[in-house]
Amino acid sequence: MANSDRQVAVKFETVSKRYGTFTALKQVSLDIFDNEFFTLLGPSGCGKTTLLRSIAGFEDIQDGAIRLFGEDIAELPPNKRSVNTVFQNYALFPHMDVTENVMFGLRMLGTSEAEARKRAQEVLDLVQLQSFADRMPNQLSGGQQQRVALARALAPNPRVLLLDEPLSALDLKLRQAVRLELQELQKDTGITFIFVTHDQEEALTMSDRIAVINAGEVQQVGNAREIYEEPNNAFVASFIGETNLIKVDVGEPQDGKVAATLPGGVQLNCSAAVGAHAGSGHLSIRPERVNFCPLDKANLTGTVQRVVYLGTDMQVEVAIQSGQTINARVQNTQMAVIPSIGETVGMQLDAAAARVLGA
Amino acid sequence: MAADISSGGSSTITTYQGQGARMMLPAWVIIGFFLVLPVGMMLVYSFLTKEFRGGVIWDFSLAAYDQFFFDRGLFGDEPPKIEWTYITIFWRSIWQAAVATVLCLLIGFPTAWFIATRAGPARSIWLFAITIPYWVNLLIRTISMKFLIRDNGPLNEFLLAIGVIGEPIGLINTNFAVQLGLFYSYLPFMVLPIYASVERYNMAYSEAAADLYASKWAALRFVVLPIVKPGIIAGCILVFVPSLGAFLAPDLLGGAKNFMIGSLIEEQFKGNAGNWPFGAAASMILLSMVLVVLAFYARAQTKAGDR
Ligand SMILES: Nc1ncnc2c1ncn2[C@@H]1O[C@H](COP(=O)(O)OP(=O)(O)OP(=O)(O)O)[C@@H](O)[C@H]1O
Ligand SMILES: [Mg+2]
Repeated sequence: MANSDRQVAVKFETVSKRYGTFTALKQVSLDIFDNEFFTLLGPSGCGKTTLLRSIAGFEDIQDGAIRLFGEDIAELPPNKRSVNTVFQNYALFPHMDVTENVMFGLRMLGTSEAEARKRAQEVLDLVQLQSFADRMPNQLSGGQQQRVALARALAPNPRVLLLDEPLSALDLKLRQAVRLELQELQKDTGITFIFVTHDQEEALTMSDRIAVINAGEVQQVGNAREIYEEPNNAFVASFIGETNLIKVDVGEPQDGKVAATLPGGVQLNCSAAVGAHAGSGHLSIRPERVNFCPLDKANLTGTVQRVVYLGTDMQVEVAIQSGQTINARVQNTQMAVIPSIGETVGMQLDAAAARVLGA
Repeated sequence: MAADISSGGSSTITTYQGQGARMMLPAWVIIGFFLVLPVGMMLVYSFLTKEFRGGVIWDFSLAAYDQFFFDRGLFGDEPPKIEWTYITIFWRSIWQAAVATVLCLLIGFPTAWFIATRAGPARSIWLFAITIPYWVNLLIRTISMKFLIRDNGPLNEFLLAIGVIGEPIGLINTNFAVQLGLFYSYLPFMVLPIYASVERYNMAYSEAAADLYASKWAALRFVVLPIVKPGIIAGCILVFVPSLGAFLAPDLLGGAKNFMIGSLIEEQFKGNAGNWPFGAAASMILLSMVLVVLAFYARAQTKAGDR
């Protein structure tokens, strides 16, 4: 579906948020589509929670506007926004049992008691907590509490669900299971999910689209493949997965392609990010796309400095003539030829995977 | 082997139990000396015969209780008749204490909320400010209150000056003056326990409530109040119980016709005019009322604990 045809659920128009003199959100513009699993990804303190809270109505913004299905929500208090939140620490009401917690939103909306109870049972079924309906929150494990929080937020059937790092308290196994559950839930209900995480793997595996945020600014918006393979800038390239940033001389970009001159003089014809321009720049290439080869076929040569055992892979660190260190990954198989320390090696950069970044 | 272990284990337990009993000793002495003994004496005295000019004669008698409840006693030839004088005083005391408690709650809750939601240093300053007046003796504070609200005191003069009233409002020697006095005397006992529970209250619950479509009032009613309830109940008891037996505020601010239990009891033990058994009986009746209140509190607590 072309993005332009889709209904926009939440629209940020040059939104800025300041705490005193500190700017937490800088001119954020974003379109989040209806029915979408949208992820806000960024390092700790970059403003993800602030962004989410400004949708829910807990933070006033100073500039710009936030639109919910076209309507400017600046004047709407939190209880008038048809948005529900799964809080970072769940915030389950400690004096109510699971069912009462889940029924709370419906009661506040004036739904009849019988109907609210029925709906509560439905959503508890959905998150597989039927048998815990009478427990108090402090009698539940972290994972169960997380699902109650989810059920409570889903019960009033909001148009947009905000999830603030809901999986951060879970152990790895449970987290992987819940990821799938969440994804299915989103597809089944058709509710727009806005999901916050600082875990790049979580973002890549779950989301329809991802916004990478750093220091209150949106760095790039795109699907997992675009974010990983076509990063716009050095921040995105190095925040999502690992990458090598090699200093190169850049030619004039043309149709998204550009010629980059590697240290040692070899030219590589590769893709160019939006902001790429002629002059000196950075070429990004993932470690698994750096292959060792005979010296005469190499487009880059260097000396092996370190070999690190990573389990499935070996990481080889190579110093090239410009003084930079390049990381390469070699799969840890019987056939693999692992260079030894001090050896001079040739490297082949996969041009299809290399990308000249914008500033 | 097994026998060894089990006997070793049980001897250890015995030693601990022995130590525990010894460590409890000071507590038992204090409870015995300052609680059981005086209350026991009061109970015994309430069943003795009064000596004129104060003191008791060691003769068993129900006269004190008879005097409290009955005009024409249980033991006469004619049918008994209730004596309303003292019951009225008790009823008035309960009413005054209840009004003072409600006033304390209405003012104390927002105050506690305000303080608990300030940033760290400001919070300590506000908390300290609340307690400052209480470094001054209660008697002096109550007398100051009397000066403030009397007919030619600053309050009336101020209201006259700004033209809100045409002549002094007669505040002194009214029920309301007593309620005001009690309110002022015991306000911190309301503020502090509520503060303690509000401070522990997680504001995220209020945000969750608002997120789930609760108005401000609904969030207060269904989320905040139930969660901070233990602090509110503790505050109410800490204000109600001493208010019930207070005698300074009713004496100084209420005048003769707004007599309360505290003053009634005080009078029985003062000078030569008193009646010790009657004072003791009135104290026992007051004590049983307080115990009823505490029983309700304990029940509410266990119910909350069950959840
Ligand atoms: N009430 C506040 N007053 C001042 N600064 C604040 C306030 N709340 C947040 N900030 C600042 O705003 C920035 C963004 O905070 P936010 O909570 O949105 O980060 P985040 O991306 O959610 O981080 P995390 O992943 O750690 O949860 C942080 O630098 C934080 O210090
Ligand atoms: Mg956060």
